[in-house]
Amino acid sequence: MEDLAKFAADGKLKAKFLEVESEFSAMSSMVGAVAAGSRVFTATSSQGLALMHEVLFATSGMRLPVVMIVANRALSAPINIWNDHSDTMAERDSGWIQLYTENVQETVDTLIQAYKIAEKILLPVMVCMDGFILTHVIEPVDIPKQKDVDEFLPKYQPDHAVLDTERPMTFGPFTYPEPYFDLKKDMEEAIQDSKDVISEINEEFANKFKRKYGDGFIEEYKNDKDTVIVALGSVCGTIKEVVDKRKDVGLVRIKCFRPFPTEELIKSLKGKKTIIVLEKAFAYGLGVGPVFAEIRNALYPFTEKSKFISVIAGLGGVDIRVIQINDVVDKSKQMKDGEVVWMKT
Amino acid sequence: MAPGTRTCAGCGAVLAARMLLKATGKDVIVCEATGCMEVTSTQYPTTAWKVPWIHVLFENSASVATGVKAALEAQGNNHTQVIAYGGDGGMVDIGFGAVSGALERDDDIMIITYDNEAYANTGIQRSGATPFGASATTTPAGLESQGKKQWKKNIPMIAVAHGSKYVATASIGYPQDLQKKIKKAMQVKGARYLHIHAPCPIGWAFDSSMTIQVAKLAVQTGMWMLYEIDDGAFKRTMTPELKPVDEYIKLQGRFKHLKPETIKIIQERINASWKEMDNLEKCGVNLRTIL
Ligand SMILES: Cc1ncc(C[n+]2csc(CCOP(=O)(O)OP(=O)(O)O)c2C)c(N)n1
Repeated sequence: MEDLAKFAADGKLKAKFLEVESEFSAMSSMVGAVAAGSRVFTATSSQGLALMHEVLFATSGMRLPVVMIVANRALSAPINIWNDHSDTMAERDSGWIQLYTENVQETVDTLIQAYKIAEKILLPVMVCMDGFILTHVIEPVDIPKQKDVDEFLPKYQPDHAVLDTERPMTFGPFTYPEPYFDLKKDMEEAIQDSKDVISEINEEFANKFKRKYGDGFIEEYKNDKDTVIVALGSVCGTIKEVVDKRKDVGLVRIKCFRPFPTEELIKSLKGKKTIIVLEKAFAYGLGVGPVFAEIRNALYPFTEKSKFISVIAGLGGVDIRVIQINDVVDKSKQMKDGEVVWMKT
Repeated sequence: MAPGTRTCAGCGAVLAARMLLKATGKDVIVCEATGCMEVTSTQYPTTAWKVPWIHVLFENSASVATGVKAALEAQGNNHTQVIAYGGDGGMVDIGFGAVSGALERDDDIMIITYDNEAYANTGIQRSGATPFGASATTTPAGLESQGKKQWKKNIPMIAVAHGSKYVATASIGYPQDLQKKIKKAMQVKGARYLHIHAPCPIGWAFDSSMTIQVAKLAVQTGMWMLYEIDDGAFKRTMTPELKPVDEYIKLQGRFKHLKPETIKIIQERINASWKEMDNLEKCGVNLRTIL
């Protein structure tokens, strides 16, 4: 945000830069600005996202195409500033599309796609990148040219609804049970329908910019073994190193967590002997991680053939090392279905 | 506003909205907080608003307005007035952080509170704007309680402490004064704050035919004072010979438990406050530059 502020201050960014007093107001002003017909951006993390919680549901419920980057970080208490996924996982049912990226290049590319997705299906998108691991790293990045981006993502022109004095409309009215129910169902249909849009935009981006991240939903990496690790985000880089060195494990990376890629995961995981779900969040009281629970749910008709292991790793920024992943893969052979491993050195 | 809102009979808040829009004309966008007005004026799929209107949440109408204004400016529209509008709960209490933020940044919006002195929509809970001694559902009068223990939070003065160029109080009992202030506020660039006193028959327990009378009496007894602070210069816009506060209090069920000694405390406070306003006006202190 500080860099964007500097771009704006130097006149390089033709935009209004708002300096609001809280993340709650940041998201609130985004809602106002997008409803008034402008394209918007903000970024947040951890407690900031938690403070936005109430506005997140209003944004999706009002079907407004806000785009935001979340630098994933742990939630208090105890207070901790490092990376994990507890912040965005807590918002997984907020009606936002959630895209998790593995590296900085993918984050840049995904952000551009996110606007196109959001504006086409009228739902907000959060691009989730690992805090510190990706936000405080130096990595060569190819920034696409303005002209190419403009061609891919033309000027935002809302034709559905906009706050306009020539054409007055009421946004966010009070709603009785019957229409409320219908509107919520419509929202879920839109999220499901967004899969076609995400897929299309993934292809279009690949054609234009020559970079592609799986099918837009998942990325399979040497997934031709009996054992597979499923994970999200930057840790997949480490897992790829493990996969490269040993011959008995593959990787499926979930890029798009909302909408949940049920069919894609069934295709890539069905019939596996061992499915290790490694994730940086926990569903307290459920006994497993949230991604684990959702994968097991998606694969329910095929669960008899597979053993599912829930690996909780990296909470509060604990390092996840090659040696530990190797260890889990080794031990998984003796583990029972449904076992939970809290992985830490 | 179209007729047919579903407010209670005698609602002061809906009168405030009507008077506001009459003064602004059509070139406005209203950003409304959750509360009585939002619930009664926009029951999906109907709406009473003939101007663009947006409601998002209870405590963010000021920051929504900030966003709307920023978008208009980015699009080159520098004429449309953007109004953040909400009840006292939404503006004085829970949404005060957003109000304060917009005032501090001097965002070019009009921030308007309609003050019915309670969280009316959810059943008359006390707010920071509920007057001392009033019974509310969370500060009920009882054997050991004389109602609310604190004095009314003075938001207009807090607004001017942010350096706002135009701050004013108004009442639905005095529509000309109210509309004059709105029109004046519209000429000012930056964050402007208006606080409109709007009696609530249900919450205050008076007959719905008496809304205007109660509103006027609030001003005539000094329970609500009308003034403006134009570029820091404080000026009362109405200086009546004050009537005894008892005349105002006795009309309302929310005060019916008050003992004479409590009413006396209220009267003394009004007298003192009125005198200080005299002083403030006469000494000519500029409340913006004093900061
Ligand atoms: C965060 C949050 N808390 C509580 C509510 C429930 N609620 C809706 S309106 C309201 C009271 C509004 O009071 P006020 O702002 O004074 O407006 P009024 O109803 O008096 O017009 C409350 C508590 C809510 N919508 N959001």
